[in-house]
Amino acid sequence: MSALSLYVDGIGLFGPGLPGWAQARTVLDGSSAFAIEAIRLPAAEALPPAERRRAGLAIKLSMAIGFEAVRAADADPALLPTVFSSTGGDCENCHNLLETLASNDRSVSPTRFHNSVHNAPAGYWSIATGCMAPSTSLCAYDATFAAGLLEASMQAVTSGKPCLLLAFDTAYPEPLNALRPIPHALGVALLLNPRETAAAQAKIALQLCRAAPTTMADAQLESLRHSVPAARSLPLLELLARRSSGRVVIEYIDALELAVEVAP
Amino acid sequence: MKGLRLEAYTLTTALGAGLAPTLVALREMRSGVVRKHWETVDLDTCLGEVDGLDERPVRADLAAFDCRNNRLAQLALEQDGFAERVREAIARHGHDRVGVFLGTSTSGILSSEIAYRHLDPHSGALPADYDYRHTHNSYSVADFVRSYFALTGPAYVVSTACSSSAKVFASAWRMIACGLIDAAVVGGVDSLCLTTLYGFNSLQLVSADPCRPFDAGRDGISIGEGAAFALVSDAANALPGEVIVAGVGESSDAHHMSSPHPEGLGARIAMQAALDMAGLTTADIDYINLHGTSTPSNDAAEDKGVVSLFGSQTPCSSTKGHTGHTLGAAGGVEAVICALALTHDFAPGGVGTQQLDPRLGCHYLLANLERPLRHVLSNSFGFGGSNCSLALSRVSA
Repeated sequence: MSALSLYVDGIGLFGPGLPGWAQARTVLDGSSAFAIEAIRLPAAEALPPAERRRAGLAIKLSMAIGFEAVRAADADPALLPTVFSSTGGDCENCHNLLETLASNDRSVSPTRFHNSVHNAPAGYWSIATGCMAPSTSLCAYDATFAAGLLEASMQAVTSGKPCLLLAFDTAYPEPLNALRPIPHALGVALLLNPRETAAAQAKIALQLCRAAPTTMADAQLESLRHSVPAARSLPLLELLARRSSGRVVIEYIDALELAVEVAP
Repeated sequence: MKGLRLEAYTLTTALGAGLAPTLVALREMRSGVVRKHWETVDLDTCLGEVDGLDERPVRADLAAFDCRNNRLAQLALEQDGFAERVREAIARHGHDRVGVFLGTSTSGILSSEIAYRHLDPHSGALPADYDYRHTHNSYSVADFVRSYFALTGPAYVVSTACSSSAKVFASAWRMIACGLIDAAVVGGVDSLCLTTLYGFNSLQLVSADPCRPFDAGRDGISIGEGAAFALVSDAANALPGEVIVAGVGESSDAHHMSSPHPEGLGARIAMQAALDMAGLTTADIDYINLHGTSTPSNDAAEDKGVVSLFGSQTPCSSTKGHTGHTLGAAGGVEAVICALALTHDFAPGGVGTQQLDPRLGCHYLLANLERPLRHVLSNSFGFGGSNCSLALSRVSA
């Protein structure tokens, strides 16, 4: 196969100690230290009041990363196809539904139910932006980031138009946390464009490969990369933050990995 | 020719396991939806249940994946010689060149629903034999199928509620078009669980009786379960008489989380996009398999979308009356039903519907229409305003 070549026009990143790409990039380029702290997110201003009241962490997180990426590129979100990718969607909401269904009164909340679909953040995003373009929502367990990056890149390349990737994860409360420990919520958005425009921040080329995944030098960042599926993106984000060329291998499935060449 | 060749396909629903019983049920206009009690559910409702799943664990070497959803996946894979056709494709292309893209909405969440009833009274921990990753996680069914065939290529699950397993055809097409794979196992699997039964009930979207799509008195869905699989490759290699997915159209409603756009605008955009990719016009379409869930607002919105694009002459029906609403599997199930219709020269009439709603304008079939079909459309729309329409064609001799 030949590599999939694209331009990164916009980046959004919110996670623990990573409060938006503008600040997070100074952590990733080594100019400021990384300190884990609780995730802080902007209010989901773009949602109508009724939807804003119903929005949980997964929705607020995807709004935050999506708008940051779109604004950086001065792109119109109403026109952008989207790929959402998450291992568990809104894990808190799922846990609450399971508790209700295990109780003596199984009347679940209608809002909790419609928020339980894996594509709930995609639905809220389309309502917030008025976007009627195609949108998909993926899951590939730990491989969820690479799966989303592949799908968004293929969509951009086959359509000849930009596509917005939003990859995010949230944490389960106990008891599911014990089986699927995701210590922090984290989300990353990349606006991918098959054409070079003034907004281009870097050129990337993707190829499936069988090589060892790139790790992070900083122990805390490596721990984050390893424990949150969406944080498998960190080696790529580090290259983008440093505005340097290089090649990283992002963890995909088993021995199948995704190599990304970056050129600023 | 753009699109996907359906090299092999199969399905398992309340109508039976495999193509043969499905074809008979369609021919006889028989429904698999019946009033019954299932699990510990205390709702008075009718279900499209697949028989025998409780007695059919998954293959011993894949025991970690054992749950209702993966049992249904395995039962379906083993019908119609489908698994053998996949193995032949793997032998031709290699284990890393066959992808797996499957749709599901609730995966094996039933396992978690049951596990949450058996938490340790002291620690609150889940039972020791419960396996989140291989049952509940949305990826579980693609992981299961990938492991079943010992594949090493790309895989993921699309989970966009009731459009999930229509959209996987687009993912497979893109991956083949980009040269990452040569073939893919696509489809969808969704099985009965408390989340959807009580969830749809909370939204007052479940009928107490077998569903009646497009009926004047329709009052909600009947939940079903099902699995459908297709082995797909580049449509350029399709043989005469075979069926191809010639177009996939996707759109978002941008309207509401659980109600469709009232004018069916998102539906219309998806149908038009499928026609555009296939290079077809509305006049080319011989039959539309509607999403047709049988809720008052869904059918009304879809009708508006269909009539605004096609007028009121194109024959159409919903097969939800046969199978129940198989949710995340519906796109795959109905794509296979369309392939049967194209291959066997008939458009299935809808079952359950007695009195067509006079406020709806499309040409809804209440009886089978025996007629060769060349091009058909299949609609799948889901919560979150996720729409997908497939254009399927029979390759002429």
